[in-house]
Formats: sequence, C-alpha cells, structure tokens
Amino acid sequence: MNTSDSVKEYAMGNFPITPTASATQNACKLCAPLGASLVFKGIRGAVPLLHGSQGCSTYIRRYLISHYKEPVDIACSNFGEQTAVFGGAVNLKLALENICRQYDPALIGIATTCLSETIGDDVPMFIKQYLAGQPEGTVPPIVHASTPSYQGSHMEGFHRAVLATVRTLATQAGGIKQNQVNLFPGMLSPADLRHSKEMVVAFGLEPMVLPDYSQTLDGGLWESYHRIPDGGTPVATIAQAGTAAASIELGHTLALANETAALLLAERFGMRAARLGFPMGIRHTDALLQTLSEISGRPVPAIYREQRGRLLDTLVDGHKHVNNIRAAVYGEEDLVAGLVGYLSEIGIHPVVCGSGGQSHHLAEVLEALVPESWRKELTVLDGADFAAIEAAVEKAKPDLIIGHSKGYAMSRRLSIPLVRVGFPIHDRMGGPRLLHIGYEGAMALFDRIANALIEQRQDGSEVGYTYM
Amino acid sequence: MSSIPILKQREKQIHETGSAPFEMTCDKQSLAGSVSQRACVFCGSRVVLYPIADALHLVHGPIGCAAYTWDIRGALSSEAQLHRMSFSTDLQEKEVIFGGEKKLYRALVELIDAYNPKAAFVYSTCIVGIIGDDVAAVCRRASREKAIPVLPVHSEGFKGTKKDGYKAACDALFQLVGTGDTRDIAPVSINILGEFNIGGEAWLIRDYYQRMGVQVVSVLTGDGRVEDIRRAHGATLNVVQCSGAMTFLAEMMKEKYGIPYIRASYFGIEDMAKALYDVAAHFSSDPFIQQKTEKLVREQVNAVLPELRRLRADLEGKRAAVYVGGAFKVFSLIKALRQLGMRVVVAGSQTGNADDYATLRDLCDTGTVILDDANPLELSRFVIEKKADLFIGGVKERPIAYKLGVGFCDHNHERKTPLAGFEGMLHFAREVHTTVTSPVWQFVPFRSKT
Repeated sequence: MNTSDSVKEYAMGNFPITPTASATQNACKLCAPLGASLVFKGIRGAVPLLHGSQGCSTYIRRYLISHYKEPVDIACSNFGEQTAVFGGAVNLKLALENICRQYDPALIGIATTCLSETIGDDVPMFIKQYLAGQPEGTVPPIVHASTPSYQGSHMEGFHRAVLATVRTLATQAGGIKQNQVNLFPGMLSPADLRHSKEMVVAFGLEPMVLPDYSQTLDGGLWESYHRIPDGGTPVATIAQAGTAAASIELGHTLALANETAALLLAERFGMRAARLGFPMGIRHTDALLQTLSEISGRPVPAIYREQRGRLLDTLVDGHKHVNNIRAAVYGEEDLVAGLVGYLSEIGIHPVVCGSGGQSHHLAEVLEALVPESWRKELTVLDGADFAAIEAAVEKAKPDLIIGHSKGYAMSRRLSIPLVRVGFPIHDRMGGPRLLHIGYEGAMALFDRIANALIEQRQDGSEVGYTYM
Repeated sequence: MSSIPILKQREKQIHETGSAPFEMTCDKQSLAGSVSQRACVFCGSRVVLYPIADALHLVHGPIGCAAYTWDIRGALSSEAQLHRMSFSTDLQEKEVIFGGEKKLYRALVELIDAYNPKAAFVYSTCIVGIIGDDVAAVCRRASREKAIPVLPVHSEGFKGTKKDGYKAACDALFQLVGTGDTRDIAPVSINILGEFNIGGEAWLIRDYYQRMGVQVVSVLTGDGRVEDIRRAHGATLNVVQCSGAMTFLAEMMKEKYGIPYIRASYFGIEDMAKALYDVAAHFSSDPFIQQKTEKLVREQVNAVLPELRRLRADLEGKRAAVYVGGAFKVFSLIKALRQLGMRVVVAGSQTGNADDYATLRDLCDTGTVILDDANPLELSRFVIEKKADLFIGGVKERPIAYKLGVGFCDHNHERKTPLAGFEGMLHFAREVHTTVTSPVWQFVPFRSKT
C-alpha cells in the first residue's frame, strides 16, 4: 500500500462514539496545573514550577506551545520513587535553587499536582523553610497555588493561581490611586488581553492585569536570547493592587464564585469589586465600558462609539445570514457564557452548550442570557466530555459548532462547520491572535461565523455563485 | 550568549567533541528545576502502546494524563481508530480518598461494552499506587467477565524515567505475545518492533520487507492489531528500531521463544538500506533474498536520488542541531544530513545511554556539542554558539529555533509526514529544504545581527 492511498483511508469515518456513565471520553477540560502555569506566565519574569512528576510539566508545555507557538518553560520538581515515599521537600528546594541559578526569576509560581497533593506535601511549610535558609532579598517572591487535578478543571487552577498571587503579593495598603484599576480578565487570548488593556487605558486609567500573558505568549522575534520572555505584569505592580480605585473581574460564572481575587481585595482594602461577564457582544462590552466610565469619571471615548457604530452596521448588513441559525457552543464555562450572550443578540439560538467545567453555575448563567422562548430547545451540559456533547449535538442537529480545536473530530463526523474560538487552537494558525472581546472582537467573530455559513452554502450550491 | 548559565549538576551531561577526554554522565533522573524536555514513565508506556488501534486504552487517574495524550500522534491505522480516543477514569477527590477501583471497574466494563475492543490496556498514573488501588485485580476481573485480555500497565509517572515506561509497556505486550495461532507463518518471517507508523512509515517498511520475500507477522506497534501481536512469537526474527523502546520485548521474546533480534533504523538512505540488507543476511539460506533486496534498494535509491541531489545543492554547508528522544534516531539523522551536505553541530537525546553517546562521539565531527537530557536554555545557548541553520526536534523545541530565526524540522511522533524509508528521506529532505531556504530568515533580527 503506498502512503497516499493509506492516508486517504485515514479518517474517523463513521466511528460511533457512545457516552458512558463512569469513564470520561475525550475530555472537554484540562487539568488544574495547566491553568495555574498560564497565570504565572502572565507575571513579568516569573517561572512556573510544578511540584510533581516530570511528565506534568512536559505535557503541559507541549500543549501550551502547540497553541501559543512561543517558548513555554515550566520547571518541575521531578519526583522519583524516593520523593513519593519521603515527601517532596528536598526536590522542591533543589528545584527552587536551580530555577534561581538558571533563570534569575522575578517570581516563582508553584502549582502542586495530584501526586504531591495526594502524598500530603505541606508546600507552604516547605516554602517557609526554604526562605528561612536564604539571606533576605536574595530570593524572588514565591507564590503557591494548590492545584490537584482531581479538583475541578484547568479553570479552577487558573483562578486559584490568580487568587494565590494576589493573596501573597498584594499586601501594600494606603494611598489610593484614583487612576489605577485591577483587571482580572480570566482566560482570554493574548489579543483579548491587549484589547482589554487598551480599553482601560483609553479612560485614562492604569490597569494592573492579572494575568497578562499578552506578550510573553504572543511576542515578537528576539534580538538576543531571553531566558524569560518579555512582558507580563511586574511583581511590584501586583503588590500595589491594594491601592487601586477598583477591581474588575470578568466571567459570568466567576462572578458567582465565593472566593476570588476581586473579592479578596474588596475585603482587604475595601475597594469596589465590579464583577462582569466576558465583554463579548454589545451589551457586555457596553457594561465594561460603562464600568470603566464610572471608575474614571470620564465618558466613553469616541473611538469606542465609532467601533460600536461599525459593529451595529455590520450586524445589520449581515443579519439575515445568522438570524435563527442554531448553534452548539463548548469550552470553558465563562467563554461559553460570553459567546451565548453575544449569539443571543444576533439571533443565533444556542441549542447545545457544553463544558467540562463544574462551577455548577453554567445553567443558571445561561438561563439569564438566552431569551425565554429559546430555552426549551437548549441543552446545557456541565462537567461534560465530548462523548456527551457530541451525542447532544447529533440529536440537536445545529447549523454550526463554535469552540476550540478539539471539537474538530465531532464537526467532521457530523458534517457541521466549526468556527474556532478560545483555547486550544492546535490545528490552525493564529489562535493567540483571535480576538473575542469588545466591539472589535464581536465584529471579527461575526465575520467568521457569517462567512462559515456563507461558505457552506456556496460550496453546497450546484451553481457556485461568486456573488453571495 | 555565554550569559546563559549551565547548572553545575548538569555539566557532565554536556560534552564538546575534541575538547577534553570523553566522559559523559547519562541515564539518570532529570534534575529538579532544570526544565527537562523529557516526559515521564506514563509517557513512555503511552508512546509504545498508543498505535494499537483495536485496543481500548484507559488512563486511570485524574484527567490531565489522558487529556494531553488525546489524538496527539500521527500514528496511522488502516481501519480501527479506537486508539485516537482518550479514555480516562477522571478521578475526583472522593475517589482519591476512598479508592478508585470501583470507578475503574465500571469504566472498563462500560467502555468494553460500548466499543468491543480486542484487548484493553489500563495505564496507572502517579497517584494510583499511592491511593492503593489494586489495578491488576480489577483487570483480572474485567478480563474474566468480558473475555478479552485486560492488561495493567504499571506506568506511574514518577517511578523512573520514560525508559521505565517503555519497559512497563513491553511487560504488558509480552502477556499478549504467545496467545495466538502461528500455523501459517513462514520460516522467513519477522516482527517489526519499535516502529509506530507515523505518517504511514510502517506501511512503507513492511512493503519493502514483503517485496524481499519476508513475511511480516506483526508491527509493534504501528497500525497494530491485537491478533497480530498475539502470534508474534511465530516469527523467526525480531527487527528492533528505536533506541530502547522495545528492546525489552525483544529480549523477553529471545529468552522465552528463542527468537533472535537485530537492530535497525529506517531513517536516511544508508540506514534504511542497511536495515534491509541485515535482514537479508539473516535469511541468507534463502537463495533469492539477497538479489531481491539489491534490486529493491537500487530501484528505491534511484527513484529518490535525483531530487535529493537538487535539494542538496541549496543545503550544502548548512549546520544543524539535533535533539530528539532516542539516540539511535540521532545517529541516523547525522548520516541523513550528511547526505544532504549538512553538518551536525549540536546533537543530543533525552534517553541515550553510555554506549549511545560513545557512538555519537565517534560519529560527530570535532567541535560538536553532545547533550544528554538537555533543557531549553542549554539548547538555545549551543544553537547560538554553533550558529545552527536548522533544528531537528519535537514541538517543545520548535519555539527555541523560531525565536532565534533558525529553521525547524519536526521529527517527533506528532508529525503527520512519513520521514522513514527511501520515500521518507525525500520528504525529510524537502522539509529541511523548505524551512532552511525560506526568505523570512533575512528579516529575523537575531540572524541579521550575527
């Protein structure tokens, strides 16, 4: 058999996928240490350190590199059999020393793994012991997030790392700076992070964004070698989070969580915690800009009125392509919620919403976002895998699927076009540059959705019109 | 560039040929905090068993290990596609406290009922032993009830290195070998071990051997089938590729079934031809095999040489850095690159042993940096110092090359292009050519500076 013939046979074909009660098949989530590593990559000069087996850091690096296409150095304390028996103190200390020697980091972010958590390593105590043995001022700050992968998904790891960073570093009180604002954006793309910072700056405010991996994970080429990529929020800026006028935290389900960075700062320093959904689509972008206007005391800058105008113009021009289209949406809960909010504004009915996340808030959040008359045809699956999502999609027969690369197999099997959003984008260029938020993000998303539908009609037409 | 430090404990794992007496440390656990490019025991087992397409691969543990190995390799299958699914017991906190055996049993039974696999492999991840699950007992019960082999793979991530994972996988495979019918197997017959059918490579290689008149009983594990593995003991020779992944199995088969094994590499014309001639020599009692092999090699080489020569004209004198998993692949790549007029200036592997590095030293030109279990900083430092034009590695090495404006060729299991065999050499040369000759490098700041 020659290769090209064989490759032709290489297709998932009609391979049937059967959901099962006990096993997770093709997970729609990743493990908690991945989310924490991503957060630490958003701090200037930081090196993430996973306390566990070598494979954890290597697998996570490979997964992140395949999406971001940037160096992602994540250290590991590299457990061996002895470590698992006697505890990870020695390895953690050695790892901290070696990271300092090799990287001269501004911060080390430790995320635990299922292994170190299960054997009961007392990481806060190990850190204390390590710091006690070092001359003051010679070691960088160390943040520790507890992220066993048997508790929640990568999003729990992400939010825990944000919270742990703020809890550890943001201790400076006093002297509120009216033009300073903390932004906890959630797991957005580098392009989104850049756009969100521009929005804040446009109001004359200075943002402390955590995490900000907009440059570390989407940077330019290097003129000389960088041990740690440029960019990220400086430790000193995070330390002053307590002096901000307010905190803004993005994500519909995060807004219902009991313990978050914005709540901690509110409690510690008495500052306002504005908890909003992802600023996707018209209303939620309006809400973010309105909040920024309140905090800054300035009106919404003309540039955003112009962008909003162009967005509305676009939506009117293309409304017939999308109205009453039915879509399946999957991914992180807050991304799904953000997308659904927008889709509801343009007439796209979400009929299946799936996530591997388990905040237990997804259904209630979506209920509030979807018009009442559409709700009966909406299936919400949280804590779900792709077997469950695919079964629901197959039954609902939507016109469109919206989600990350891992839904491609489903899209292919069901012959339903996939519009790629979020993370990971492992099968296309440009994942980190995808813009989802703001009026600009809404416009970009609209074009991609409408064009996917137009393309399908065009390709499926016998005539092959060049004018649609 | 010398500002990139090398950790003291790692100095003995790096050697520049010709600079000092050769003394390299290797074959040891990675250094904590070093950012090794290696994975873990689980990864080793997963690499070996993954391509068995009609088996169920159930990862017992929390979700990460299964999620990160979902459909990540270009290991093709001619029919069954079950290996491309990701199955996990997705252990939650309550199972970590009370044990995961019940969930494992239920998951196994449900999945076997749903997919009707020919066998099941159950991979233990880090915490499984620690929470005290008796995976072997659950496998025995499921096997009894479902009447298929259900094999535990002892692949707890921290229990050694990737090589120990290879061994755990071979232990599981060895339980299958010897359980099938071998009656129709000819005396001139082989198993191809350590070939994973990335981009269809196993098909190319099997076809060469078959054209020599050699029966290929099984490929372990590329386009693998449980039935073929069960009768692998009927072959009279094992041909083992890859530094160590499946030597364990070859050793066990030699001991129990008396099947000898030879080593092979299918990368580059030189090593590919040698792999065929070595098998022909083993079966030299067959009067036609040598002649058939010569004819095959001649035809194949003639088919690719003209284009290789054309490509070489643009590649002559370029420098390459090679860092891959196994050392045997490094040997082959050095030879293959020489055929393209290129010189290897940095050569390293994740899992090489003392013999491998001695061979490597002999194979490399003076001034080549040899690395064992390197990290991104070391690789970057030597890519810069040795002014490489090309980096050959896997996805984790790619950004090192690109940030510095160096071409890159993916030679890991994620690739989708066959690089083995004579035809594969052509793909390899084209890929190297495509990356090295791109006009984008002229705009790269790092390159234009040096």
